[in-house]
Amino acid sequence: MSALEDLAGLAIAVSLIAYALSGGADFGGGVWDLLARGPRAARQRRQIAHSIGPIWEANHIWLILAIVVLFTAFPPAFARIATVLHVPLLLMLLGIVARGAAFSFRAYGDPAGEAAAGSWGRLFAAASLATPLLLGTVVGAIATGRLRPPASAADYLTAWIGPFPFAVGAFTLVLFAFLAAVYLAHDARHAADGADGSDDPGDAAELSDDFRWRALAAGVLLAPLGAGVLAAARWQAPGLLHELIRTPWSWALHAATGACAVSALAALARRRYRLARAAAAAQASLIIAGWAVAQYPFLVPPDLTLAGAAAPTATLRFLLGALAAGAMLLLPAFFYLYRIFGRLPARLPGVGD
Amino acid sequence: MSDLLAARSQMAVSLMFHILFAIAGMAMPVLMVASEAWWRRTGDPVYLDLTRRWARGTAILFAVGAVSGTVLSFELGLLWPRFMQVAGAVIGMPFSLEGFAFFAEAIFLGIYLYGWNRVSPRVHLAAGVVVAVAGTLSAVFVVSANAWMNTPAGFELAGGQLTHLHPLAAMLNPAAGPQTLHMVLAAYAAVGFAVAGIHAAALLRRPGDRFHRAALGIALMVGGPAAVLEPLSGDLLGQMLGVYQPMKLAAMEGQWRTEAGAPLRIGGMPDPAAGTTRGAIEIPAGLSLLAYHDRHAVVAGLASVPPADRPNVVLVHAAFQIMIACGTLLAAAAALAGVAAWRRRGVPEGRWLLRCLVGAAPLGVIAVESGWSVTELGRQPWIIQGVMRTADAVTPMPGLTLPFAVITVVYVVLGGIVVQLLRRHVLSTMSAASGSGLGLPGSGANRREAGDVGA
Repeated sequence: MSALEDLAGLAIAVSLIAYALSGGADFGGGVWDLLARGPRAARQRRQIAHSIGPIWEANHIWLILAIVVLFTAFPPAFARIATVLHVPLLLMLLGIVARGAAFSFRAYGDPAGEAAAGSWGRLFAAASLATPLLLGTVVGAIATGRLRPPASAADYLTAWIGPFPFAVGAFTLVLFAFLAAVYLAHDARHAADGADGSDDPGDAAELSDDFRWRALAAGVLLAPLGAGVLAAARWQAPGLLHELIRTPWSWALHAATGACAVSALAALARRRYRLARAAAAAQASLIIAGWAVAQYPFLVPPDLTLAGAAAPTATLRFLLGALAAGAMLLLPAFFYLYRIFGRLPARLPGVGD
Repeated sequence: MSDLLAARSQMAVSLMFHILFAIAGMAMPVLMVASEAWWRRTGDPVYLDLTRRWARGTAILFAVGAVSGTVLSFELGLLWPRFMQVAGAVIGMPFSLEGFAFFAEAIFLGIYLYGWNRVSPRVHLAAGVVVAVAGTLSAVFVVSANAWMNTPAGFELAGGQLTHLHPLAAMLNPAAGPQTLHMVLAAYAAVGFAVAGIHAAALLRRPGDRFHRAALGIALMVGGPAAVLEPLSGDLLGQMLGVYQPMKLAAMEGQWRTEAGAPLRIGGMPDPAAGTTRGAIEIPAGLSLLAYHDRHAVVAGLASVPPADRPNVVLVHAAFQIMIACGTLLAAAAALAGVAAWRRRGVPEGRWLLRCLVGAAPLGVIAVESGWSVTELGRQPWIIQGVMRTADAVTPMPGLTLPFAVITVVYVVLGGIVVQLLRRHVLSTMSAASGSGLGLPGSGANRREAGDVGA
């Protein structure tokens, strides 16, 4: 019995990690669209659109999967989160709608309307900035361990307005931007020797360097922001902080996360983009895993545990069976998608029609 | 506006907005794939051009459908947390399967749209087929979750909690079969005829244009059979209602008294105060015959339950009459087009028929919207028929009018932009020269598709 709900909880954590690494980085791409500067600003934006175009919709579904598993396997937890955090979730949804719509309008709208494309680009970029902030704020609010059923109207605001949720929001935003810049540096570099070879390799190296500098800046910025999250946790999420600094496993985790972070930065410095990408992805995964483990066995602290909020066994069995079957069908499809569009190293032999 | 009404209105706006993109996500890939298959077979460049234009339309509509669907999955909890707390473990099943169908749709649509140069022709076409099949499957799963709210099954009720869950039995609830069939056919009919209307209008301007003739032919082949079969699936649904949701049926028909040999009412205005429906054309014993296939069958009337257990009769009856009128006209248009096509042994191009098709273009979409209004309003005051009331499911958060207003404004603006973009897309299609496949030479078009993103 208990193994089933732990597995369902694991499925949520894995979906969130997959979302951060894929969909999160797509939002990060929007942030760099907003911050595109210098002589290659237009090419930076083109590379961003080119990198996320074929995959952002599929990437986005990891978030839907996490939500669906949450409400199927742990209905009271979903009800609590959706009730107390109604306001930031609604704002986040507006961001998701604006980002997705603006991106596709820019990509598929009137090709002649340059001015219109520019304003879609600005909306795409602004929404890409707001959404991760709000997502992080929601996560931070859950992690404070104070998500009790609201007693008054003010509780719908005080549950998430505070230094700790906002610190987590800022950290999430920079983490997504970091991932995006690392991926983009890689994509820009490999676009030159890949199937898209319309660009001249010298230009590709410069473009790749633009993103490399951005990745380094974001990666370094994560350190003070992480410290800020811990400092705010002292005040607003002492339970979480205790788990994160007082338990033996936590130091092993921090050491591993730190090693990944340093490796990612070192690999970026030496322009070893594949290694940088792997290290950055591992770093982000460990951070999310750390949050999940620190909360375990609570799903919504202080009172809803995995076991306490779990759906009946019949549901969990069916759900986990469906997840296993779905994973077997869809992971190869995902792999194929990423391989075709260059997010994975392997090249397709004999492409083109 | 009360918080309950605001929450219901927000859900209604969100659903009515999303359903437009959902039906496009089901049917547009079918059109697109049919056109590509025909191009691969014949090598006729007109069909390549058509495939690309439909793919472009699909891309915009799918993106908006993906984000508006995300909004709905969250709104289930934002607006109805108590419903989700009780029912999440049951309706989560179809939603999780839908999640996978949606994954497949998005992955293979990405391959389809951006992979013209990167995968083999066979893989490209197969990717399109997966998108079409997965699009329809996701609709089947989502509608079966809605069907469960109409005819809840697969559990026992103990003290307000659902126990002894049987997820499969819940998913295969009595309404699931007829309701999903009705929805899938409706999507094909509505989108097929909306597209057919556009190309019929273009053919009226440029008689004999090969591009528009090709498009009209495919659209009619997808929409026509669906429109003819749709009333039959409606009959199945009606019989199911007679057994499981008699008050919804009574509201649809404006049936107040419980009577044997109940008449079928066409039109008319229910008067809740007086408990009668005035001004309808009555076909004797028609309702008993349709709902139970027995002219003497007893049909339960609205008066058999307290007023607090009745849906809004005026709205449900009106929405149902609109749906029936649109559906009937659409089936008639399909039959006319079918006869004309059979007599010509080809795509029908008579001017009067084309004019009919232009007129029929919005009917399917109106029928879809009014049909959803019937099923949702007709279930009230229940969110889970007979188990939980909508009023008991709503979030305790105060001030729900504000989110309702925000979502409405966002969707009105977004809807306006999509209409504008599609209008431009369609107008550019209309003005494309006859035999315009030549205007988009193969390799150039391929590059353009890949390069569009950066434009």
